[in-house]
Amino acid sequence: MMNDAVQTMGAAGAQPGSEAPMLECRGVGRNFTVGKGFFSEKKNLRAVQDVNLSVKRGEVLAVVGESGCGKTTLAKMMLGLLKPSSGEIFIEGVPISNVDIRQIARKVQPVFQDPYSSLNPRKTLESIMSLPLKVHNIGTKEERRQMVEDIMAMVELPKRLIHSYPNQLSGGQRQRVAVARALIMKPEVILCDEPTSALDVSVQAHILNMLQDLRDEMNLTYVFISHDLAVVEHLADNVAVMYLGRLIEYGDKKDIFSNPQHPYSQALLDSVLTPDPSKGIPEIALGRGFPNPLDPPTGCSFHPRCAKIMDNCSVDNPSMHDLGSRKVECHLHS
Amino acid sequence: MNTESGPGGASKTVLDVKNLSVDINVPAGTLHAVDKISFHVDEGETLCIVGESGCGKSITSLAIMDLLPGRASLTADTLMLEQENLLVISKKEFAALRGNRMGMIFQDPMTSLNPVYRIGDQMEEVFIHHGKGRRKEARERAEYLLDKVGITAARSRLVQYPHQLSGGLRQRVMIAMTLMCGPTLVIADEPTTALDVTIQAQILILLKDLQKEFNMAMVFITHDLGVVARIADRVAVMYAGSFVETGTAQEVFEKPIHPYTQGLMACIPVPGSVTSGERLGSIRGLVPALVGDLEGCMFRNRCDSVHKACETGYVGLNALSEGRGYRCRMSVQECIDAGTGNLLTTGV
Repeated sequence: MMNDAVQTMGAAGAQPGSEAPMLECRGVGRNFTVGKGFFSEKKNLRAVQDVNLSVKRGEVLAVVGESGCGKTTLAKMMLGLLKPSSGEIFIEGVPISNVDIRQIARKVQPVFQDPYSSLNPRKTLESIMSLPLKVHNIGTKEERRQMVEDIMAMVELPKRLIHSYPNQLSGGQRQRVAVARALIMKPEVILCDEPTSALDVSVQAHILNMLQDLRDEMNLTYVFISHDLAVVEHLADNVAVMYLGRLIEYGDKKDIFSNPQHPYSQALLDSVLTPDPSKGIPEIALGRGFPNPLDPPTGCSFHPRCAKIMDNCSVDNPSMHDLGSRKVECHLHS
Repeated sequence: MNTESGPGGASKTVLDVKNLSVDINVPAGTLHAVDKISFHVDEGETLCIVGESGCGKSITSLAIMDLLPGRASLTADTLMLEQENLLVISKKEFAALRGNRMGMIFQDPMTSLNPVYRIGDQMEEVFIHHGKGRRKEARERAEYLLDKVGITAARSRLVQYPHQLSGGLRQRVMIAMTLMCGPTLVIADEPTTALDVTIQAQILILLKDLQKEFNMAMVFITHDLGVVARIADRVAVMYAGSFVETGTAQEVFEKPIHPYTQGLMACIPVPGSVTSGERLGSIRGLVPALVGDLEGCMFRNRCDSVHKACETGYVGLNALSEGRGYRCRMSVQECIDAGTGNLLTTGV
């Protein structure tokens, strides 16, 4: 059964014009059980709730939101590292719940935030980058070496570093190694979890340029998790705004950035600080308290911080409204 | 270089630094972490020191607070906090200033608050230690300041531990703690880097409001150009241990002169002015090692307009006007022409 699924995954990938989106989430949710104390009752934390989105081949989807909103949990589910509590994730139309994690790993690869902790300090770059090949039993030792050299050229790492250890590299070089490790299996989707937030701006620019070049060269699909909205604006095609585990606005980047419809998206965009000294610090219409995810507010979970709160916001759950190029979960549009 | 610190004018100079250098002994030799920087901050003014990691901006702040590690040695022509000469006072006298007349806000509120003490106790400790009053007055002051920094139900917060607060609240507590003794100088070292963007804006507004209210001088250290543009009165761009460009925020952002400043500005995606999807400008190469005898311009290995003259001698700060200067062998016009040339070739 597992093998069947694996074969279909391969087959769907072979058809260039296939209709199925590269990556799709249908009603995906994930709960965690949290024990508050030794004797107290266990509580249910709904980290991600009812997320529906789809990413086409070659598209860049950015997931944005404050810390604790469920971005990383969603990413882990897309990587097959966590099983969704509800709903299903599809890669090229194939549900991944029954698929071996190694098969998922051939399609989806991650690049993590901090290149100082995501690389094993005791391994040389060669063994770091060739580990995925070893796990999947690809090639002989010589062939693997060749593939590592090719991928190093691609991410513009000098060949002489092949026997170096991560501590001999700069932050930007380490992040290139992390990207190379993700690319060596020739995956379709790269999942970047804040890939540049640990880097300096001049290095960030190099990495962003490289990610864009690689996307064009290898026809990659990116899921880009970030809280830096300027970077998101620069890279993304579509944007998904998350708040307290829910998708509250999702759609075309240009529309969302030029005219955000959800009050939270509005506040998030207002808080971007462009380097313009003639503007002051923005006053953001947003209450201070991020709500307790163990005890989320009733009705719309955003209502305690919302500037446009109405009577029914604290009572009724808003539903997703389709506004053409995007979807918004807010009572203002019902 | 002396033109940087003016006669003071109407407002009083709080911190005056001239030719501050910090050398650190490392196994390979002497590391010149900070090299002859000069600046001053007036009452109610914000000076932003902006630069990338390793450029010496945090060492600068530690040097002012006399918190340098033992291997580091400090030299300066002037280091004055108001009328106090910080170069000659004893350790004990310095300890009486620190936390009292000069306060510091650190980057990560998670590690800079003591996890095993209640917030109230940590805040009151500074106040009592500096002999500002007894516990009752300290508690009142703490409550008043927590309220000022926008923490509701201040009284109940005082008995909480740091882990019970969110990151934004913790940073507010840090700010309130810094203000306990009413400092005239506050050094903020990346105070918003660990926070969400929405919280960042709130904290920046808070700092600005408090600064106005208490008429503090603030040295704000950051790598985020967006933050600098919005909060700074004056800006010093730091690279490899020295200031490569100084000026008002308006001057530096509207007409950056030094190739490094121009490069930094081209690196950041700006919604609205940089077309999305286009290549960003970038600065090639790496920051040089600052160990041993240094000669010439420190930026020359990354500069697109490098000349023979850049390799030797000492490149000083060319003063253009009061507080405005840049550190380059080229003239202003040459710098700007070279900059637009670079931008054209990289396609930005």
